[in-house]
Amino acid sequence: MSKFNKKKTGEVPAISTASLPDIVFMLLFFFMVATTMKDSDLMIENKLPNADQTSKLFKKDYIMYIYAGKPSDRYQSTYGSNARVQLNDKLSEPKEIQSFVAVERASRNSSAEPYLTASLKIDKDVKMGLVSEIKQELRKADQLKVNYTATQGSVTK
Amino acid sequence: MAKKKRGAPPEVNAGSMADIAFLLLIFFLVTTTIGVDQGISRKLPPFQDNPQVPPINERNILTVLVNMDDQLLVEEGIMELKDLRQTAIRFLDNNGDGSCTYCEEGANDKSSSDNPTKAVISLSNDGETSYKMYLAVQNELVAAYNYLRDRECRKRYGVTFTELDYIVSDPASKGKYSEEEISKMEENVKVIQELYPQRLSEAEPKKSN
Repeated sequence: MSKFNKKKTGEVPAISTASLPDIVFMLLFFFMVATTMKDSDLMIENKLPNADQTSKLFKKDYIMYIYAGKPSDRYQSTYGSNARVQLNDKLSEPKEIQSFVAVERASRNSSAEPYLTASLKIDKDVKMGLVSEIKQELRKADQLKVNYTATQGSVTK
Repeated sequence: MAKKKRGAPPEVNAGSMADIAFLLLIFFLVTTTIGVDQGISRKLPPFQDNPQVPPINERNILTVLVNMDDQLLVEEGIMELKDLRQTAIRFLDNNGDGSCTYCEEGANDKSSSDNPTKAVISLSNDGETSYKMYLAVQNELVAAYNYLRDRECRKRYGVTFTELDYIVSDPASKGKYSEEEISKMEENVKVIQELYPQRLSEAEPKKSN
């Protein structure tokens, strides 16, 4: 009956690390897939404000992004330190929003149009004067669905 | 006089593969920014040159003002941001004329709003107000509407209004639910929206330069 009490003696065998690369690769692939590269290079500061009544945005096909904020340090010498609007890759005037919306609309499927939402990514220190100009231009362009993009968190902190 | 070895080529040492993979992993870990893809969705009113002011009784309006120093003035009294939500809920659910059978929080105050379908929240801010404060106020007011709508929706249909509304407006839900289900949810959303219409008016900020 000595079948069951075979006691091993001697050193503990070393743990094989052969599968370590596999595990690391698995993690690597996860992060590679989960990473979203930024579409456009931001030339402005863009710290979003907090809100807790947020809802998730729909698929990217239905979103256009409008950024606003103070030009970041390295652009301040060229553009000054007043808050500006950024559309695609360049700083723009609020009145360019109308043509921007038209271009965005034309580049989408016509079936996507009723769902098209303007995601406003506006720095929390921007003054409302600029924000209302943006809103006014969006209304003129008949782009009425907007989303004040924000980070999830308490507003009172 | 090069020495020539014969036989199988020597095995490549794969021991450092883990190190290389770690290096890549750390690079992606550091550069990853999980994108912010959420926010407060609102619908802007269509553009009009000379908007007409509809006649609304003074007691049906809750005036919210935000000044250039980010201070809050509600019905001509200074208020902290944290009290705004409850104030808005009480105002909307006030049920002054007693016609609202589903209101619960109200004080039936005759000098406040008649019923939720008539109550209007008027928000105006200064041109120098910060966007952070503006969004915080928007957030609180939307929260008040969401609270009331969710309560009513849960009572009637067992789900919250926010979930229902999201499913209805998301183009991706066409694949997840049948058309019948969606049109039924759409109807439910409309019912709740009629009980608590979101009448949140925003005035143009006054220029201050």
